[in-house]
Amino acid sequence: MSQQMAGAKGSSKMTGAKMVVQALKDQGVEVVFGYPGGAVLPIYDELFQQNEIRHILVRHEQGAVHMAEGYARSTGKPGVVLVTSGPGATNAVTGMTDALLDSIPLVVLSGQVPTFLIGTDGFQEADTVGITRPCSKNNWLVKDPAKLSETIHQAFHVATSGRPGPVLVDIPKDVQFAESDYTPPQKARVSHYQPKVKGDIEAITALVEMLEQAERPILYTGGGVINSGPAAGQLLCELADAADIPVTSTLMGLGAYPASGKNWLGMLGMHGLYEANMAMHDCDLMINIGARFDDRITGRVNAFSPNSRKAHIDIDPSSVNKVIRVDLPIIGDVGHVLEDLLRIWKSRGRKTNKEGLAKWWKQINEWRAVNCLAYKPSADIIKPQYALQRLEELTRGMDRYVTTEVGQHQMWAAQFLHFDGPNRWMTSGGLGTMGYGLPASIGVQVAHPEALVINVAGEASWLMNMQEMGTAMQFRAPVKQFILNNERLGMVRQWQQLLHGERYSQSWSESLPDFVKLAEAFGCKGIRVDHPDQLDDAIKEMLAYDGPVIFDCLVEKHENCLPMIPSGNAHNDMLLPSDEIRAIQGAGAALV
Amino acid sequence: MSPLQIQQGSSKHSAYDLRDPYTEVLERHTLAVIVDNEPGVLARVIGLFAGRGYNIESLTVAETDHQGHLSRITIVTTGTPQVIEQIKAQLGRIVPVHEVHDLTVEGDAVERELALLKVKGKGEARIEALRLAEIFRANVVDSTLESFVFEMTGAPTKIDAFAELMRPLGLCEIARTGVAALSRGTAAC
Ligand SMILES: Cc1ncc(C[n+]2csc(CCOP(=O)(O)OP(=O)(O)O)c2C)c(N)n1
Ligand SMILES: [Mg+2]
Repeated sequence: MSQQMAGAKGSSKMTGAKMVVQALKDQGVEVVFGYPGGAVLPIYDELFQQNEIRHILVRHEQGAVHMAEGYARSTGKPGVVLVTSGPGATNAVTGMTDALLDSIPLVVLSGQVPTFLIGTDGFQEADTVGITRPCSKNNWLVKDPAKLSETIHQAFHVATSGRPGPVLVDIPKDVQFAESDYTPPQKARVSHYQPKVKGDIEAITALVEMLEQAERPILYTGGGVINSGPAAGQLLCELADAADIPVTSTLMGLGAYPASGKNWLGMLGMHGLYEANMAMHDCDLMINIGARFDDRITGRVNAFSPNSRKAHIDIDPSSVNKVIRVDLPIIGDVGHVLEDLLRIWKSRGRKTNKEGLAKWWKQINEWRAVNCLAYKPSADIIKPQYALQRLEELTRGMDRYVTTEVGQHQMWAAQFLHFDGPNRWMTSGGLGTMGYGLPASIGVQVAHPEALVINVAGEASWLMNMQEMGTAMQFRAPVKQFILNNERLGMVRQWQQLLHGERYSQSWSESLPDFVKLAEAFGCKGIRVDHPDQLDDAIKEMLAYDGPVIFDCLVEKHENCLPMIPSGNAHNDMLLPSDEIRAIQGAGAALV
Repeated sequence: MSPLQIQQGSSKHSAYDLRDPYTEVLERHTLAVIVDNEPGVLARVIGLFAGRGYNIESLTVAETDHQGHLSRITIVTTGTPQVIEQIKAQLGRIVPVHEVHDLTVEGDAVERELALLKVKGKGEARIEALRLAEIFRANVVDSTLESFVFEMTGAPTKIDAFAELMRPLGLCEIARTGVAALSRGTAAC
């Protein structure tokens, strides 16, 4: 079928499989995370016969997708995944959904049964484009070899343009064998999908005016700042510091404004800091930069920041007015908009409401003094917060990347670890996917072989994709698995304690493996620590080891993650550690 | 009361905020969506409505530009103003979607639908059906001694009215195309 379709441009003919590899090379792809199977064998054959693209053989396709996410988030480049048809593709679905919700650019290539078998329930046939339609930004089933290379280039364009996201190209096996002309990236038609990056200047000027007058402004930043690139983060810092505006961030945006910066309030939201949530509630001007008013952020919508005017900078028009109505939407890329904003603000004389700001900061400092992350220290049990504080202290200044699993440990990591730059913090925010952190850490390590990569994990989450330790070993990815082992599905247990009458239904981690022996079985290093006095030495041992480590840190089993805004509460209606201590004292030992 | 003063079992304290949605007036809008005529595009559009819980009252689709392989999807939907804005924004971010027009706000639009109605009957009822068909400017496109198939084009409300009148006269089957719509005047020319 390809022969007739091929144009007479004199360009080189090659098989579909070769085109796939050529297209990846032309897109600058260095590494592919994948797993072979019948429907992708021709592509694997081509990968075998070249040396430019590295292939990381995973142990489960979900692992491949999370690795690609880790790679993408720590480099800003798209992650590439290669899986076979049927089960290979369905195993990729969780990772794709994760990438969709967190706006991570991924290109997933899947094999498909030959075109003449499609629709016959062929062996390992699944309606992959049907299954992945709701979890991809776009997807394509390529039946015509003449369109294959162009489609792959379009896939890269779509994954990385506008609001990034995962895309999938489904390639039937006969298309991989068929010969056709290769279309280079420059000739691929991508014209119609060109999201707008420049913001409306009038709207930006209006925002500058609001900013000049605001008494209580706040910058509410999100993953969009990270996705926009390092320049956006620098512009954000410049704006915050020059105009002296406090900055808070969602889970996704941590690091865009440095945690060591003077205007940093910490993360906001359900487990965000008191000062951040209070400032959001009481501000008079909220500037949302690349965040999306997620329900973990807003709390009760009709009590959300009742007295503020709200501006929203986002590249995706569908994010605007979806949850919270805003007064001033600005559609565009964060970096471009901030550049214009700063330029206009400077040209108008760098005005701010100095008097208002002074009062605002005074108020904020009072909130800060509440010390909302305080916890009851212990001399003989490792508190999870303490473990993270020590980890932070002992890794300060290192070239460090952190991934997490999902649960209490994730929130504590967000509260207690500090990020001074973007792309250093990889966590599953939107989907909350347990099992994300271990493979993601491997993806990060593949991209940054010399760096220190730590996955802060809960024991339950970690088990969900622990088979990927095999991948870490095979590819010499010295990832450190820092497991805060409370022998509980801690976050579930916390909700059951607070909201379900302390009925702990299925929230134990029973029959846990011996993590040290497990490490030995994988051929890496295992460390167990259960006493605060031994913690520092154990962490140092982990850091000194030149290979993957499974670090089993036995922590307090019943610690609650606070502060907490219970769902349906307003931002200024938070549970604080002091409330809990009071409540525990009041209610006797029930909670301990 | 639990130790932390949270009422147990109240949905307010579920993992999600189960508040009442804003109670606001529902509006009916007609949208014209220009898309690449590729496999899967219609599924993506419909999947968006199904997945996000939006209404589809009517949906019409056909390729309108054979050279450019563009199709025009006409969707009639209802929702609060906020939901309608969301629908348009969500449609707009679908990669193969080129344009989204809200004909309801962009100005006056002509809306037409084609219907085929089969009416079975004898004697007086049959004569009455034919008489009403004339008044409604419906054409007879098939007839036997005991039945007619009427073809009529008009606004959906006109078709509703005609079908209502035909019901007691032996209406036994009806096929409707859904709404096709264009803005009036020179807009979009
Ligand atoms: C795949 C998946 N299944 C279920 C959940 C619901 N869930 C959220 S946190 C959590 C417990 C996690 O336990 P662990 O990994 O040990 O972390 P901890 O909260 O104890 O720190 C569960 C089950 C989820 N987020 N993801
Ligand atoms: Mg746990």
